[in-house]
Amino acid sequence: MGASATETVKDDMPGQRGSDGMQYVPMGHDLTSVTEKISGLVLTRPIGLGWLGFFGVSNGLVLVLFIAVAYLLVVGVGIWGIQIPTAWGFAITDFVWWIGIGHAGTLISAFLLLMHQKWRTSINRIAEAMTIFAVMCAGLFPLLHLGRPWFFYWLLPYPNTMALWPQFRSALIWDVFAVATYFTVSLLFWYMGMIPDLATLRDRTASRVGRIIYGMLALGWRNSARHWHRFEMAYLLLGGLATPLVVSVHSVVSSDFAMSVVPAWHETVFPPYFVAGAIFSGFAMVLLLCIPIRHVYHLKDFITIDHLDVMAKLVLATSLLTSYGYLSEQSLSWYAGDNVEWYTYFFRITGFGQYAIITWTLFFCNTIVPQVLWFRSLRRKEWVLVIVSLLVLVGMWLERYMIITTSLSRDYLPSSWGFFKPTIWDLATYFGSVGVFLVAFLLFARFAPILSMSETRALLPGAHGPEVGR
Amino acid sequence: MHDKSEHSPPIDLGSIHHPDHGRKHWRALEETLAGRPESERHCADQPEPNDGMSRRQFVTLMGASLALAGLSGCSVKPAPSTEIVPYVHQPQGMTPGRPQYFATTMTFAGNAVGLLVESHAGRPTKVEGNPDHPASRGATDTFHQASILTFYDPDRAQTVTQTGQTRTWSEAWAAIRPAMLRQRESRGRGLRVLTETIVSPTLAQQLEALLRELPEAKWHVYEPVSRDAALAGTRLAFGELVNPIYDFHRADVVLSIDADFLQCGPGSLRYAADFMDRRRVRATAADAKRATMNRLYVVETAVSCTGAKADHRLALRPSQIEDFARAVATKLGIHSGGAVAGSLDPWVTAIASDLGSHRGHCLVVAGDRQPPMVHLLAHALNDRLGNVGSTVSYVPVVDARPVDRVESLRNLTRAMDRGEVELLLILGGNPAYTAPADLDFVKQLQKVSLRIHHGLYVNETSYQCHWHLPETHYLEAWSDARAFDGTASIVQPLVQPLYQGRSAHDVIAMFAGSTETPGREIVRSYWQHHWGRQHGQEGFEQFWQDALHDGVIANTASTPKHVGLKDGWQTPLASGRAKSSPAEQTESDGLEIVFQPDPTIYDGSWANNGWLQELPKPVTKLAWGNAAIMSPKTAGRLDVTIGPYAHGGEHGGYSMPVLELSLDGRKMQMPAWIMPGHADGVVTVYLGHGREQAGRIGGAAGRNVGFNAYRLRTAEHVWHSGGLHVVKTAESQLVACTQAHQSMEGRDLVRSATLARFRASPNFVMTDEFEHEHGELREPRGSLTLYEPFDYAAPKHRWGMIIDLTTCIGCHSCVVACQAENNIPVVGKGQVLRGREMHWLRIDRYVEGPADKPTHFFFQPVPCMHCENAPCEYVCPVEATVHSDDGLNDMVYNRCVGTRFCSNNCPYKVRRFNFHLYADYATPSRRLQFNPDVTVRSRGVMEKCSYCVQRIRRAEIDSRTEQRSIVDGEILTACQAACPVQAIVFGDINDTRSTVRRWKESPLHYGLLADLNTNPRTTYLAALRNPNPEIDT
Repeated sequence: MGASATETVKDDMPGQRGSDGMQYVPMGHDLTSVTEKISGLVLTRPIGLGWLGFFGVSNGLVLVLFIAVAYLLVVGVGIWGIQIPTAWGFAITDFVWWIGIGHAGTLISAFLLLMHQKWRTSINRIAEAMTIFAVMCAGLFPLLHLGRPWFFYWLLPYPNTMALWPQFRSALIWDVFAVATYFTVSLLFWYMGMIPDLATLRDRTASRVGRIIYGMLALGWRNSARHWHRFEMAYLLLGGLATPLVVSVHSVVSSDFAMSVVPAWHETVFPPYFVAGAIFSGFAMVLLLCIPIRHVYHLKDFITIDHLDVMAKLVLATSLLTSYGYLSEQSLSWYAGDNVEWYTYFFRITGFGQYAIITWTLFFCNTIVPQVLWFRSLRRKEWVLVIVSLLVLVGMWLERYMIITTSLSRDYLPSSWGFFKPTIWDLATYFGSVGVFLVAFLLFARFAPILSMSETRALLPGAHGPEVGR
Repeated sequence: MHDKSEHSPPIDLGSIHHPDHGRKHWRALEETLAGRPESERHCADQPEPNDGMSRRQFVTLMGASLALAGLSGCSVKPAPSTEIVPYVHQPQGMTPGRPQYFATTMTFAGNAVGLLVESHAGRPTKVEGNPDHPASRGATDTFHQASILTFYDPDRAQTVTQTGQTRTWSEAWAAIRPAMLRQRESRGRGLRVLTETIVSPTLAQQLEALLRELPEAKWHVYEPVSRDAALAGTRLAFGELVNPIYDFHRADVVLSIDADFLQCGPGSLRYAADFMDRRRVRATAADAKRATMNRLYVVETAVSCTGAKADHRLALRPSQIEDFARAVATKLGIHSGGAVAGSLDPWVTAIASDLGSHRGHCLVVAGDRQPPMVHLLAHALNDRLGNVGSTVSYVPVVDARPVDRVESLRNLTRAMDRGEVELLLILGGNPAYTAPADLDFVKQLQKVSLRIHHGLYVNETSYQCHWHLPETHYLEAWSDARAFDGTASIVQPLVQPLYQGRSAHDVIAMFAGSTETPGREIVRSYWQHHWGRQHGQEGFEQFWQDALHDGVIANTASTPKHVGLKDGWQTPLASGRAKSSPAEQTESDGLEIVFQPDPTIYDGSWANNGWLQELPKPVTKLAWGNAAIMSPKTAGRLDVTIGPYAHGGEHGGYSMPVLELSLDGRKMQMPAWIMPGHADGVVTVYLGHGREQAGRIGGAAGRNVGFNAYRLRTAEHVWHSGGLHVVKTAESQLVACTQAHQSMEGRDLVRSATLARFRASPNFVMTDEFEHEHGELREPRGSLTLYEPFDYAAPKHRWGMIIDLTTCIGCHSCVVACQAENNIPVVGKGQVLRGREMHWLRIDRYVEGPADKPTHFFFQPVPCMHCENAPCEYVCPVEATVHSDDGLNDMVYNRCVGTRFCSNNCPYKVRRFNFHLYADYATPSRRLQFNPDVTVRSRGVMEKCSYCVQRIRRAEIDSRTEQRSIVDGEILTACQAACPVQAIVFGDINDTRSTVRRWKESPLHYGLLADLNTNPRTTYLAALRNPNPEIDT
């Protein structure tokens, strides 16, 4: 089976340039060269020193995580800076941050699929992989932050001798369901989309081991029309299933805060505001991953500058949404006239002894910095995008940190006001999770097709073929 | 409720102690081989989880001796077989699984207070006050509560030691006897006995008998926190030593001249109760006009609990206080030549006229730290105001040897210097640590050829002595004591000594050469003699049993003495000024220093008690250490600012600049602390810290807890001095403070008003005026909930607690009581700095008014509110915190996975989390203290106040078996039982006749943060004050 065999029926095939005049389709490629280029990244490209070095460093971070977790399990969550009143700190911040990052993947793959946004094709695989790994990292934290992590399964509804269900009124239980569903659907979506490409790898690999592994993963894909028919249908259905998750997961995560009585957590604006923030940070992360990839793997003709441009626009849009959230929070807390809540918001921006520096840094990162993306010329400069994305990721982390610490450290009774100061173990766990992400992503980039061959081929002009079955 | 059983012979805790020495040693080896080595046992409450130093220290101290002890046992005889058999005859009054209560007495710093001690299967676990004892009236203070932990302290001296080597009592006696025999030949010329304040009539008689036998021997008394000045004051006034007893019940107006009578000193529990009886307002809205309160003026330097409760508090430098007292006296017609600066004059006038218009119903109390002249003025004022016989009476001192403490120690030191002392017996105390720095006690001590120290701990003094004899704790030995009013009671042991301790009675008997008489016989024969003098031999047995059972010996209270001001009492007023007021000489901008016993570890004798070290000091809220406390203004002058946050910040600690204090060439360093309300130009330091040989908790050389302020204290200036020089160093130190934020931030947390306002608008607590001012509802309009409301209607119980903020004096007794009852762990300074202390009940302290001149202080005890709409419950993912049928907010420890969402969502922040394994499962003796009715919580679970649910369930079971309903007042929570002022009431709100229901109907009643719709079960009565309208604050 060759690359040309993928000429199946596709409607609405765009030309070289999109209707908006943007370049989303690989230039100067035909069906064969697309396949050869992308599968070659996996099959023929040697493992470089750069990759090995990066992989080694990332594994070093994972080792840090192992040490931090081992110490945590032996001694207890007291190794972190958490205390009373600030009983949540880095772990929950990291959790929300990672989950947020994961959002862009689903948005790109599912939401944009339904919207027929063809520009997603070059980046959806990367974004989906990022989602999976980000959610895996996120999942670490709720487990580790438990006082008794070995009883985490008590949060699951399973038949047990105690005849006890979880407590369904708790937003943490909703979290369990939301995150678990999200992870499952994202994983399925990612894997399913990869099946035709895995079959291609199976067919092209020279190694026997590769054939066996890719063969098993390809689930017997034979590229028949029936396969394609069912694949397309299932993919669309999964896309439909996943799309509500774009909105629901972070809304549920936000209810960890919004459902409480804690001042400046108890906010109805939180669900949309969290979702916008999540997509915001997610796109920043996708940009941050795509830019080096297109250089290292020479994929500038696949992930074009126009791709970066359109993502930058999304970053800008979600930045505005998030900033609107900040503005509405601050102003409504003043307007509502609730003493305690207003104090918390006021304190956030004025308490320089405590967290105001964090607040202003995040305003700078999330609201001011992305404004440069109004300019087309800057949107198309990779270094600008890298800096903006990095700052957005920092800003979004700080935003969650600010929400958690400012509200908890100064809530209702001034007698209990306190201060959260992270320890070395907070940092170790966080950077360790970054290590997990990087290791997973590097393995993915090495052993899986980082772009969807089948979908890219379908975009090519040559993919037009006779209209069969229409 | 308390079942005071007649005392049956104390139950031997066979599992720990074997009376036979050899077996004891064997036991130690057995433990060494079988389980953890003794040296690795965790201490009662280890301050730092990974403190290798303490372990090493401990090995150095104990290891060698234990090993030797074990070997001797090993070689001599085989292991004794220990059989465990059930009771053949059930001991009288004992039902397995039910605690028994025994009456006993604790003497501390010369104050005897009657107690009832709870005993579970022979283990004393909890101390309650004895309602029949005049100094307790059922209440206890922090020291009584914490004494149970000291009892089980593994650092207590366990064996006789000779310069650190383990010895036996017979070896000790063999070494001491020849020296004693020589003393007998010289009629005791070289023998000196140094004791603390002794109020035990039996011990006093024994000592006197010894002195009669050896007439040249001398008995010295030293106590670092003494009442010398107070006694000297009575001598100045009356020509004899008497003890003033106050009747606050009758006092409408009280002027306290630096007297913290609510918190410390003899009879303070009683005084606090009496004083607050006159402040408690229980008027309904209809009769609010008739509500009355007493009025309290306090003149003091540092903020004390009494000062915090004052209607008018004046912060003065110690050098100004005497002038102030003189000025008040002058205004009331005593020619004392006092005049004060202009700004104080309105105060003096107002106070004088207020006192003057309440003749016979007012009271002037002078503090123990004030010079004799101030006491003389107080006596004169009370006499002048017709208070004698009404609010104040005088009784003979109960102190067996009321000599001037400092003078007595000075005489001893001089005698040692002259080489006159050959044999020194130090009974209790720790003079090597507490002696005034200029006496050079330790140096002179070396000149004594045989030095023997008898004490609970191997402390700094023991290290300077040849022999250390272990003392028994009051829970394990017989004695007796006289309370502040003379009432005698028996100190009745609950268990055999845990270690090889012997009581002071035994030691004196040994020195007196009498044959080994058990302590019980010594005490009993004293009282038999006492009884015999009046009643003959008939009926003594009944008398003795009654005395043991009641915890009070009937008719032993002293009768008031009729004393009058002696002739010429005014003369010292004119002549004694310069002498008694040394601070006068200092330059006007120099700093003064005030020494105070630490509010929690006192003179340092409680330094190894984790509960007390971790207990926040009532007003400053500092824990684990001391600091140089000063006012914001003084801090500004010294360029001291509250440092950067350390770890927990306001709830945890700060990094504070270290100051170098120098006084008369003596120097010490300690971190600064800023306390609004402190007098300007003064630095207050707490004594008792910086111990060098206290134990695992209290510190040792190189890892001291706090700083030793005794280094600056001289015999001349025991309590305060001028001429202090303070230099800020470049260093800083972490200071642990559980509540550094003092302001209420304008929030509606402690509601308060003056009595006048209450009379005018009794419903001020709930008025709309408030809502208008604050823009929010005081209480929700009805309970709003999405969920099915709970049904709490009778006959179900609806447990509730109400705390009266008018009467709460912030003494923290309840906090320690809660800790003892509920097995609350101690977490150590490192964890407190992170804001992780575990107290289920905390006392919030708020300061109102500008920082440099605060107007009011408030104490607000905050236990769990047991909200009917509890925010913690619905956020728990695993239903580990649930509502019980009677509306208690229960914590299911076993189900808790530790998400801590409940704590985040608790607006009151009363939940406490086991971030590490805080509970001490490892120390064997510590385990014995645990209340068997309460789970010991492990790592990773949340915990919080349960309303002492174990006591509720016990009462429910009892009432069910007796087929009756629970009587109001039958259930006392631990905090409520300990409270000296009955500020806490607990009961069934559904019971229309219950006290809690009555309080709930008070117009002063309100719920904390009730506007959050939590429907708290714990609620408050607003704080009322009764200021003098003539003083504009």
